[in-house]
Amino acid sequence: MIELDVNGKKQSVDAAPDTPLLYVLRDHLAMNGAKFGCGLGQCGACTVMVDGDAVFSCLTPVAVLAGRKIKTVEGLGTIENPSPLQRAFIDEQAAQCGYCIAGMIMRAQALLEKNPSPSDAEIRRHMMPNLCRCGTQMRIFRAVRRAAQAMQAGAVPDRGRA
Amino acid sequence: MKARSLLVGLAMSVATAGVLITPVSGDTPAAPAGKRAFDATVIARGAQLSAIGNCATCHTRPGGQSFAGGLALETPFGVIYSTNITPDVETGIGAWSESDFLRAMHDGVDRNGRNLYPAFPYDHFARVTDDDVNAIYAFIMTRDPVRATVPANRLAFPMNFRPMLSAWKALYLEKGVYRPDPDRSAEWNRGAYLVEGLGHCGACHTPRNAMGAETKDLYLGGGEAEGWHATAINASSPAPVPWTVDQLTRYLRQGWDDQHGHAAGPMTPVAHELAEVPEADIRAMATYLLAVMGRKEPAAMRAVAPGRDESRVQSGAAIFAGTCAGCHDEGASAISSIRTVPLAQTTSIHAPDPRNVLHIVLEGIWPEPGEKGVVMPGFEGALTDEQLASLLAYVRVHFANRPPWPDVSRQARDIIQHKNENER
Repeated sequence: MIELDVNGKKQSVDAAPDTPLLYVLRDHLAMNGAKFGCGLGQCGACTVMVDGDAVFSCLTPVAVLAGRKIKTVEGLGTIENPSPLQRAFIDEQAAQCGYCIAGMIMRAQALLEKNPSPSDAEIRRHMMPNLCRCGTQMRIFRAVRRAAQAMQAGAVPDRGRA
Repeated sequence: MKARSLLVGLAMSVATAGVLITPVSGDTPAAPAGKRAFDATVIARGAQLSAIGNCATCHTRPGGQSFAGGLALETPFGVIYSTNITPDVETGIGAWSESDFLRAMHDGVDRNGRNLYPAFPYDHFARVTDDDVNAIYAFIMTRDPVRATVPANRLAFPMNFRPMLSAWKALYLEKGVYRPDPDRSAEWNRGAYLVEGLGHCGACHTPRNAMGAETKDLYLGGGEAEGWHATAINASSPAPVPWTVDQLTRYLRQGWDDQHGHAAGPMTPVAHELAEVPEADIRAMATYLLAVMGRKEPAAMRAVAPGRDESRVQSGAAIFAGTCAGCHDEGASAISSIRTVPLAQTTSIHAPDPRNVLHIVLEGIWPEPGEKGVVMPGFEGALTDEQLASLLAYVRVHFANRPPWPDVSRQARDIIQHKNENER
């Protein structure tokens, strides 16, 4: 048994040590936000956060996660009360098929937690490992910038609750 | 710091001996050179020579305009910013005459006679013929002038005191253009001329002494570049598969050879530039470098390397299985669309210094912006320092069967910390 801290909740999982975190999230914990894209760290659809950094959950074996904090898109907000990034992705209509979006949001979340006011170049460089095949990159880019501005202004859009 | 006190002593002795005389430019052009006409074939030759010299890589800051300078070069003595070498009259070298430029390349002084820092590798460029320097001048002077002032160097005394560089030059600058060796082939001589001169391979691949000068008796024996280990490319090359001229030519032009690995880190832009150079010149460089490496036999099976930490290797094996094996499993990738160099053949894993492997694992491999190329994801954040150390312990033993690298977790921390500081 391996104990994982996912979104602040301790979870005991019966999985082989080299099992990818992605499989554990989806198959053992029924958390289907992170997606399987390529299984090789080439697309970023599986991106989650570990100790504040964006990582490819498809290439992160659970053996390296003991005592570390995992954050997934399920840990950000809810449908009623989306997080600033989720709100911004909705406002910019940044999803087309949507398959890459949970990974995009988690990579962007890691950026904004470390650097609340990234430059355009910093956003582009940081988001580079994540791919969108539909071609909504420019909307995704604008959504990240919008979320940064909203978080900076402290005026977190909160339409869901209002 | 020992190097510092040596330098202070040297500066004092230079100052007290009154040898602060630096030459003054004797040649002032009537008009900016950029306005003059140059022969198109000379400009084209200058472009190729400039690519061999990799001028643009140091003289361009990230995201900046080509040749406008401003790249921060970290040295053990402080930070030096590369200069603007576009033909802008006020902030670049637009006012420089051909002979000013030749003197800078050969003697390491600027137009006003001030000593230049040997971060500009004039100890190599001194070997370049006047004719070739003049072709580079023609190429540079016909670029678009860019008005850009570069930041002031951040060097501590005595290195911020340029006259003392006269003493450095007296010790370490050998003047005189390359003299061909009549006992060697024309190709060998061409290669030696390019490697020792414009190519300035030794600037990174030769270790430097406390005064920042190349250690001549360890020529191409492995040095430093931007926090990476510049592998030995002499007889002590760690490559497990002996290079051939064809392979080294391909590696230098394409940044990749399927039996040695990928040109990563500071070597990426070098290979990128060399792609523009006629193949015959690269082949000549490869021919010369192979002669420097000498005849080598393929690595024989060694006995199990001593000093391994078995429990670390075991946990590294588990990390490798979950993190790396998808692409780097024994021999080749399980997936046909992914082509990786078999790890047992990559030079970095056999090198005496783990930093290149750490850089690649942490940062991945990415093509130059806007270019196509090999992609490997980076694993910074996914693995802790200790997990990285275990992974490298396994990789070192399993694929290279060499003694473990020391201090891997500390070196991983240093790389991450340095990267975070630079991003701030």
